[in-house]
Amino acid sequence: MTDTVDTATDQAALAINGLEMSYVVRGTPREVLRGVTFSVQPGEAYGLVGESGCGKSTTAYAALRYLPGNGLITEGSIVADGLTLTDMSSAELREFRARRASMVYQDPVQAMNPVTKVGDQVAEAFTILGQSKDQALASALEALERVKIAAPESVMDRYPYQLSGGMLQRVVIAMALACDPTLLVLDEPTTGLDATVEAEVLDLVRDLRRELNSAVLLIAHNLGVIRTMCDRVGVMYAGRIVEEGTVTDVFDNPSHPYTKGLLNSIPRHGIRKGDRELFAIPGNLPQIGDALPTCVYVERCPVATEICSTEVPPVVERTVGGHWTRCHHPDRIDQVPDPEEVSIDHTVGTEEIIGVRGVSKTFRQRGNDVPALVSIEMGFAEGETLGLVGESGSGKSTLAKTMTGVHPPDEGGAITLRGREMKGKATERVEESIRAIQMVFQNPDSALNRAWTVRRILMRAVTKLTGLKGAEAEERAIEIATSMRLSERHLDMRPRQLSGGLKQRVAIARAFAGDPEVVVCDEPTSALDVSVQAAILNLLAQLQREERTSYLFISHDIGVVRYLADRIAVMYVGRIMELGTTEQLFDGPVHPYTEALLSAVPSVDGTASNRIPLEGDIPSPANPPPGCVFHTRCQYVIEGTCDVVVPEEVDVGGGHRILCHLPVDQLPVPVELTAKT
Amino acid sequence: MARFILRRLLLSLITLGIILVIVTLIPNIAPGDPARKIAGGTASPERLMNVRESLGLDDSVLTQLKDLGGSVITLDFGDSFTKPGESAMGLVLAALWKSTKLVVFSLALVVPLSVAGGMLAAFKKDTWIDRTIVNTGLALSSIPEFVAGVILLTVLAVPYGFFKVGANAPDGASQLTVAQHLLLPALVILTVYFGYIARVTRAGTIAALDSDYARTAFMKGISTRDVFLKHVFRNALQPTVAVIGTQLGYLFGGMVGLEIVFNYPGLGKLIFNAADSADYPLLRTGVLTVAVIYMFATLAADLIIAWMNPRARVLTEGGGS
Repeated sequence: MTDTVDTATDQAALAINGLEMSYVVRGTPREVLRGVTFSVQPGEAYGLVGESGCGKSTTAYAALRYLPGNGLITEGSIVADGLTLTDMSSAELREFRARRASMVYQDPVQAMNPVTKVGDQVAEAFTILGQSKDQALASALEALERVKIAAPESVMDRYPYQLSGGMLQRVVIAMALACDPTLLVLDEPTTGLDATVEAEVLDLVRDLRRELNSAVLLIAHNLGVIRTMCDRVGVMYAGRIVEEGTVTDVFDNPSHPYTKGLLNSIPRHGIRKGDRELFAIPGNLPQIGDALPTCVYVERCPVATEICSTEVPPVVERTVGGHWTRCHHPDRIDQVPDPEEVSIDHTVGTEEIIGVRGVSKTFRQRGNDVPALVSIEMGFAEGETLGLVGESGSGKSTLAKTMTGVHPPDEGGAITLRGREMKGKATERVEESIRAIQMVFQNPDSALNRAWTVRRILMRAVTKLTGLKGAEAEERAIEIATSMRLSERHLDMRPRQLSGGLKQRVAIARAFAGDPEVVVCDEPTSALDVSVQAAILNLLAQLQREERTSYLFISHDIGVVRYLADRIAVMYVGRIMELGTTEQLFDGPVHPYTEALLSAVPSVDGTASNRIPLEGDIPSPANPPPGCVFHTRCQYVIEGTCDVVVPEEVDVGGGHRILCHLPVDQLPVPVELTAKT
Repeated sequence: MARFILRRLLLSLITLGIILVIVTLIPNIAPGDPARKIAGGTASPERLMNVRESLGLDDSVLTQLKDLGGSVITLDFGDSFTKPGESAMGLVLAALWKSTKLVVFSLALVVPLSVAGGMLAAFKKDTWIDRTIVNTGLALSSIPEFVAGVILLTVLAVPYGFFKVGANAPDGASQLTVAQHLLLPALVILTVYFGYIARVTRAGTIAALDSDYARTAFMKGISTRDVFLKHVFRNALQPTVAVIGTQLGYLFGGMVGLEIVFNYPGLGKLIFNAADSADYPLLRTGVLTVAVIYMFATLAADLIIAWMNPRARVLTEGGGS
């Protein structure tokens, strides 16, 4: 797939040349693309990667000339398949979209018309090609079969809300392929999907590509997705491509300081919090419309010199394979500082602070019992991070809410604080217990009172959790803010005036206001860009070292969990299938579900991984499969045992618990995602 | 779906029960003595007692409630106090018929115009067309209906004979004449509701046009016209239907000022007069009728929305999927 390609415009499936675009906001044009140039050859997969606001999605839509109402192309050309899109009439453009190019979108649930049957929507992509209604419906069925959707006939008659996100994305792909497009644009096609579903969708796209020979333009913020899917990649920053080359060249041998910073900000090669910090690129992402006349990255670049702020950097070839960087100092790339080694040893205490003892949680729904949590057993030592992973619907958030007292557990289970049982409901807990368990949410926007200043938010948390009032509370609030590296200036701002990363710092500060024992972090960095995520993860690790706080860290990002967690619990249908130290989990042996989960992660390090497919969807907790809940999707299933008998937990050594019928010596060992360096 | 309708009707019955209690209590709480109004200011105490007894005003609240409950079942609410010999139900039905004509005729004018205006504003978002439609609607709906009525009467009915001063056509008039008479009040209702309905439609249409599914349709290469007809329309109009459904009850029972200005014998005026003259049987019947209309109108709106949106259908099925 990584054949060298020439970049002739006339035969390219897509050639974008010097594209400059602005969004007109209140009469003022704000520059979003500042001369984007790249081409995708027939049959090639080209990836665009970058953080939010860099213009990658704008570029993707521009490739089909779909501009928002206030979008304005000021310069440059878009040529696809020899046709110049920038010169087309609207009728020609419709024809182009109907027959030659297609798109797959980020959020498949929103991308489908909620009031029209799936079959009719897919058929529409065929009627536009001139087929009759019946022909189109037959073609639609074929298209759904082609994307390997389960029970395509019944899917035809369903409405979008009746399908899962993964199934809908298959439907969207089926529509996109209706015309056998020469150009297929995928805009964050797997963002928001579970890792296992993501892996399936990516596999599907890969298989179909071989069949179709379409050119693919893939937009993603996830470097692993780009690495596993694309031949070449362009790294975008502030509306410009700053580095381009084959995925191997760019990811293994980055030549632009931004690319290097980006790669250093994600946990790679299995590094852990005890090894080194993640690299948080200093400064903030530029806003759309900011004036960046010379090098777009100069403000944040650690190796910038005077010339960088006076002259536009040239394109510098790195290899004959078309690897180039837009930088004045490609020779100084090695001077980009590596992330700091962690000097203090990270040790976990021995005393159990919080215990979760046989906790079950059953919801009543339409007269039926829905067991959302079943006999959860775990404990947190002082200064320990327990990572919690599993697909959506596995019960991760329910466990978090039960621990914090949002839902009281069923009779018989208990949450203990230093051995003493706490009340189930937060409202009945004594102050000490409430203070002890605090929470940080995924979306700081909805977790913070938007009408209040940061100072007031923090002072209230201090007063509520410690009883301090007035000047004392304010003093404490400032102290916490400072330890979160928030400056005095931020205290009088309101949440909407802060960036996503700063908001999450405020949310963390709030949780730490009462000196908690355990902080439950529910996907705290999923909404953040990777360079911001790095800073938040560093902060959490540092707070833990200094305050000896324990974390329950929920994340779908296995790489992040591996970086931060001391132990990891794997959940499935409300049960803990496996619990062990991070080393035990990544070295194996592991539960078959864990094996599949780990193998689904697309890695930026590019190690070929044998993916263990997980067929079908996660079962509903309202109707769990008999025997082992995982047997319906397990490739090691023992007929007559797994589907009948509920497995007992087995200690495979060193406190590593696995809930499986397989004899220990037959348990799988996970494929090493990444070689440790 | 049947289960949903049944449940909604049951809920409506409970609501009706509550309204029944309230209308029963009105005479017991309201100031003024209906017996004195009927018998006249100079009537002797004996005459007053007789009238009171014949009207059932001395019964206990519970007995009154029981009587009224019976009336609801038999649909016989007794005779009007002020028009002896005429049944309250009969009077209300006559007024209801008049109101229905006015409401249907007005809606036939108001809904298409407001929806079209709202959609046009959405398509021309942030242009002078959009601003004109939105601001005109806002300005018009801020004029009280009786003021708008008087203005229209002066401006149109006085100089031009085509517009009629009275909204009530003479008995036996042709449909066309009836419509001619109803035109001015319908125009007033247009001023009241155009802004509201157009704004809701505009918002719904903008949301649907900006939606990801409309984008998907454009990306399939579908023409703007087809995107609108097949993807935008049904999604855009759901809030509009909900709004019209909730406003229907008011159109029937609340257009008092309008009916007085145009001297139209509709339900609003009937209820107003009944309250004014302490004609409790008439008042009770009128209020209960409006309540029933309100309930059926909102139920109909919910059913239409369920038909438009399968997602809402699940909700209407009460979760029993």
